[in-house]
Amino acid sequence: MTQVTLTPLSLASFAVILLIAQTAVVSILIKNEKLMTTVCFCLSAIASFAATAAGVWTVSLGTARSAIMELGLPGLPFHLRLDPLSGYFLVLIGLLSFFVSIYSIGYVKGFLGRRPVARLCVFYNLFLAGMFMVVLADDALFFLISWETMAAASYFLVMFEDEQVENRRAAFLYIVVAHVGAVAILLAFGVMAGLAAGFDDFSGFTFDAMRQAEFPAEWATVAFLLAFFGFGAKAGIVPLHVWLPEAHPVAPSNISALMSGVMLKTAIYGLLRVAFDLIKNIPWWWGALVIVIGIISALIGILYAMMEKDIKRLLAYSSVENIGIIMIGIGMTMVFKAFGQEILAALSLIAALYHAMNHALFKGLLFMGAGAVLHATHERNMEEMGGLIHKMPWTAVFFLVGCISISALPPFNGFVSEWLTFQAFLLSPSLPSPMMKLLMPLGAALLALTAALAAACFVKAFGVTFLGQWRGHNRPQVHEVCWSMRIGMGMAALSCLLLGILPTVFINCMDVVAEHLTGGKLTTSANALGWIWLTPIAPERASYSGLVVFLGTIAIYAIVYIILHVNPGKIHRGPIWDCGFEKLTNRMQYNATSFSMPLRRIFGFIFNLKEEVRLVPQQAHSAFPKKLIYSLRIRDRFWNWIYKPIASTSFWISRKVGRLQQGRINTYLIYSFITIIFLLLFVR
Amino acid sequence: MVAGFIIELLQITLVIGLAPIFAGWVKMLKCWSQGRSSPSILQPYRNLLKLFSKDIILAENASWIFRFMPYLVFGTGAMVSAIIPILSTDLPLSLTADVIVLVALFATARFFTALAGMDIGTAFGGMGSSREMMIASIAEPAMLMAIFTVSLSCGSTSLARIVETIYSPASVIKPSLVFAFIAFVLITLAETGRVPVDNPATHLELTMVHEAMILEYSGRHLALIEWAGMMKLFLYISLGVALFAPMGIAVYATPAGISLAFIYLLLKLGFSGIVIVLIETGFAKMRLFRLTEFLGAAFLMATLGMLSFFMLE
Repeated sequence: MTQVTLTPLSLASFAVILLIAQTAVVSILIKNEKLMTTVCFCLSAIASFAATAAGVWTVSLGTARSAIMELGLPGLPFHLRLDPLSGYFLVLIGLLSFFVSIYSIGYVKGFLGRRPVARLCVFYNLFLAGMFMVVLADDALFFLISWETMAAASYFLVMFEDEQVENRRAAFLYIVVAHVGAVAILLAFGVMAGLAAGFDDFSGFTFDAMRQAEFPAEWATVAFLLAFFGFGAKAGIVPLHVWLPEAHPVAPSNISALMSGVMLKTAIYGLLRVAFDLIKNIPWWWGALVIVIGIISALIGILYAMMEKDIKRLLAYSSVENIGIIMIGIGMTMVFKAFGQEILAALSLIAALYHAMNHALFKGLLFMGAGAVLHATHERNMEEMGGLIHKMPWTAVFFLVGCISISALPPFNGFVSEWLTFQAFLLSPSLPSPMMKLLMPLGAALLALTAALAAACFVKAFGVTFLGQWRGHNRPQVHEVCWSMRIGMGMAALSCLLLGILPTVFINCMDVVAEHLTGGKLTTSANALGWIWLTPIAPERASYSGLVVFLGTIAIYAIVYIILHVNPGKIHRGPIWDCGFEKLTNRMQYNATSFSMPLRRIFGFIFNLKEEVRLVPQQAHSAFPKKLIYSLRIRDRFWNWIYKPIASTSFWISRKVGRLQQGRINTYLIYSFITIIFLLLFVR
Repeated sequence: MVAGFIIELLQITLVIGLAPIFAGWVKMLKCWSQGRSSPSILQPYRNLLKLFSKDIILAENASWIFRFMPYLVFGTGAMVSAIIPILSTDLPLSLTADVIVLVALFATARFFTALAGMDIGTAFGGMGSSREMMIASIAEPAMLMAIFTVSLSCGSTSLARIVETIYSPASVIKPSLVFAFIAFVLITLAETGRVPVDNPATHLELTMVHEAMILEYSGRHLALIEWAGMMKLFLYISLGVALFAPMGIAVYATPAGISLAFIYLLLKLGFSGIVIVLIETGFAKMRLFRLTEFLGAAFLMATLGMLSFFMLE
């Protein structure tokens, strides 16, 4: 019997095995659902923690380790590998899964007694296992098996509340887009494997073989475009984003947190793996393409998010925006790498990776917060909420942290990655290509616009949900959520703050990933002034210290507060001022639709808007209307532009093909007869 | 290092102390230009003092965000005044933040102001927040683009470095800087809530933006917000001076250099006050939805500036 030594790879495999083994735990404890959820999600938390530890370990070692598992088809064993890139994504997935698993202990209890939760527990664990395996896989076969495990498990999770038509439709859309993407990925791997070892040989399916192969430029482009399409469908780049705002809202909130926070990142991982590790020789125009798609996704995503009144749809659209920002970083890395500027490539790659981590944390946090609100109010429509900060003070604070982080405001984490991305833009004049010189300023301008719109969007999200007074028609009993949900959110919020005020520490750890993929390094320059100052490239170019901003603001706050409270004036509480109107109601507050009205007027041409105002006249006096009915419908333009035509074309083709199906045996016999004649004549 | 921190403190005190006087100066000029007799230049101080000594009336459902906002806004103002090179470029804290961080700090203050506007749940507050975020969502990128243009031509986003580069005898007027300057002036008017974007003197529901958000404030909270507003105007002018006309600033922190820089600063502030008043009296307040043209022009200018840098320089 061989001795099992503890390596990062064995630790990560332990996590995966623990997750899969939980299927057994669920079936044993199925009689006692309460105990089952607690045990199940505690074990998931342990597994996620182990995976995080394995990831941290790999990144700190900075070397790759691989193993071969004699599973699967004969002659096609599973290859596993942990290098800094997969280690980093293991940390990213593990960390959020850890928080979400703790959160789920309390969250899933909300379903007890209403519906069986065993399915949720099983697929939750399979989903996590699938994501970890995607990152660990080192051959195309195992990668695709893991990828499909992840997709199938998440499909059943989206379908969890399947009695509603809406949920079934969303899940169906999700699985269709996921599979179209998976086919593209399969083809991309097929092209690469075929070129690596010839089309008659199976040995090309390992990533190692692809890594060593030299691809001809045109085939490399085909493989890259297929991979970009496939991974883009999973990541939700525009125009493949339509499944996000449908599938995220209907899934249970812990699942939306994972899907939006980390599942989208597996696509980012896949793209990085294929482009930088397997293909390696990247022409600059791939980068330009990725940047353009990234910019479009960022802008369209945030504008649609701004128009939403459903809190979870808003968050889903905002994921499209953030994926766009990550894509911009990746695109710039490609461009810089193509022109041989390795340090700048490392800078933009770190910006992209940092944003991927940040987005996982704050989007996970925001979805958990939305879940807490949903749990307490049974409402997803923000127009029916308000004033929750009084009833749910903890959730409000955590949600606020998420909103500040996602709006890229200092001293929280979102700002650091956005700042790094801007720095990369400002270093681009050194690029020799005139096309890029035109693209870069426009990119910077639109990214700045996106950041500002994100702030407006999240003022709305927080303001309408948590501030003001209750806007809804009925008043449910709202209460703060249980401790495990608060701990899960609290830890995510704390990580957002830590990543914001101590960026240098994290970037020093991440440097090995960048070095692995781009050959450039930031450490020497980032560390020139000690760990407080973040100084990419050189201290005289740019510097930022989140810690000093944070402590400075707190210090000034404290000083002013103390000075003003030496001899403070009294505080009288009074009713709000109603301008003498006296009939002020809660329905007269600004809500989500009215808040976004100015921006709707400016950017209205982007949406498919249908706005209708109707006056209902009074019986007695037709001049004085009784009430006013306002209706607004906003649709994604991409439905009509792309999806509707594709759907109707495929229906048309199926109808035509369907004519063959007569249902009469003699017709089918004629078909067989014709086929046989055909084969006899032409195939010899 | 010690000298650096003394300058730092001096600068913070200067901004906090001088901001109301500058506001008074602008008010005075405005009254003169409209043929009215003006209040004393110290009137803003008297107003602040009055507000500080008053009790607070707080709406019943105000949350901690409502009470936290005035301190945060004031705090960010003080923080920013430690970072912009106003008297000297030899600032130990200037490493804390470059221009991008500076814009983001103002954005943080605005984020909380907008939240506080929505906290009470009156229609006015929400209206102000909604409008403010709409203006900001176009003004802020324009601001960033103007700043990017300047930092590109100086090869740095650090303010101290930008000032030194522009100040050096080798620097010449470039087309990109001209575009950036025009954009910066337009955005300063928008960001500090002056005519033609917003009118700080009005409380008319159809037009007010910033005032609508802070309508429910009173006492020391209101005083802090008003003071922070004056500081913001002062800081934007100082930022403009630092980016486009840093003549006379002390590169090394010597007493003589600092005093000279102070005198230059007073002259420049006095002059920019006149420019602001000329713009304010020359234009009428714009309708809210005409603002997109105004801000869009600023955004376009700034983007053109950056494009011309990439293409020509």
